Amino acid sequence: MKKLASTLPNMIISLVSITVVAGALLGITYSITKQPIALQQQEQQQKAIAEVAPNFDNDPESEKWETEIDGNSFTVYPARENGRLTGAAVKGSSMNGFAGEIVVMCGFEANGDIKDYRVLKQAETPGLGTKMETWFRDPSAARSVIGKNPGKMKLMVTKDPGGEIDGITAATISSRAFLETLRNAYKAFLGYEKEQPSAN
Amino acid sequence: MKNYWKILYNGIVPGNPVFVLLLGMCATLGTTSSAYNGLMMGIATAVVLVCSNIVISAIKSLVPDKVRIPAFIVVIASFVTILQLVVNAWMPALNASLGIFIPLIVVNCILLGRAEAFASKNGVTASFFDGLGSGIGFTFALVLLGASRELLGTGKIFGATIFPEDYGMLLFVLAPGAFIALGYLIAIVNKIRKTC
Repeated sequence: MKKLASTLPNMIISLVSITVVAGALLGITYSITKQPIALQQQEQQQKAIAEVAPNFDNDPESEKWETEIDGNSFTVYPARENGRLTGAAVKGSSMNGFAGEIVVMCGFEANGDIKDYRVLKQAETPGLGTKMETWFRDPSAARSVIGKNPGKMKLMVTKDPGGEIDGITAATISSRAFLETLRNAYKAFLGYEKEQPSAN
Repeated sequence: MKNYWKILYNGIVPGNPVFVLLLGMCATLGTTSSAYNGLMMGIATAVVLVCSNIVISAIKSLVPDKVRIPAFIVVIASFVTILQLVVNAWMPALNASLGIFIPLIVVNCILLGRAEAFASKNGVTASFFDGLGSGIGFTFALVLLGASRELLGTGKIFGATIFPEDYGMLLFVLAPGAFIALGYLIAIVNKIRKTC
């Protein structure tokens, strides 16, 4: 077959038909993958909640409560057992990371002790800031935040005045942003408890 | 058939996209912090490369010369977006580890390079083998680079510990280590290619 000459109508017809076919293909793929993607994200969220929150028999997602602290939105997923508040999973973020947003799902006991956490999203330096997923649960030295209560202690890196948590070596900015997220998550949790006096 | 094997081989060794042509350096350096990431990025790129090569060689006579580059880019971008949606839907872990580098396959020069240099001049079957060869060559290079960086940086290969992590050189996991490791690998591969 001879190649089409580069005349204006030819070029227009060629480009338009290619983009139309490409657009149609993308539309079809999008509609096929839309549901699995939404499902995937929901599943991931549910898994994170179940992993960090204390025992619960309610559906934390249907009772979620949203608030805003320092310009970042925080979502509280309350955990209840037999109607009593056992704690909550709080999803929050900070824009003060070394490379963009850090999103953490943090679990609290009813008294405010941190039960567990999962880093849902971060783009910190590989090998340094990315260690936050494991570093802050390491029981050695003063690294771990598990079992700590942000209301009773200063949840900040030791470099900052009064700080009691050993930040990640060579990743102080990432550590600060991570701990800031936890502190704000705690505030969000307190805010939720205040809003719902009947919950206890 | 022999001719096709030659095309395939050409993409892997004499025309290896990373070690010989030095194409697609952004993705090469960015995703090879571990052997697994390198492997996955290589496979993702190879899939897009094979698909786009086939389609471009099939439509080459319908595309006027003056608008061939935008036409090729649209084809490549569509395949990358489809791949991204599929990865998002069924392989979330992969999506998390490769992140921004999947959409960036669009601007990988290997794809446009093969489209321009090969697929727009040859038949569909030959273009398929060319894409496959370059894809395998790219994957091979990424795995080699990822494995060396992972070993030197963290003492592991594909997550299996070779020596304790405390003795690893963090430099190799970071960007500068990528350049250093790539430089030495290119030197070693060229030495081997010359002596064979």
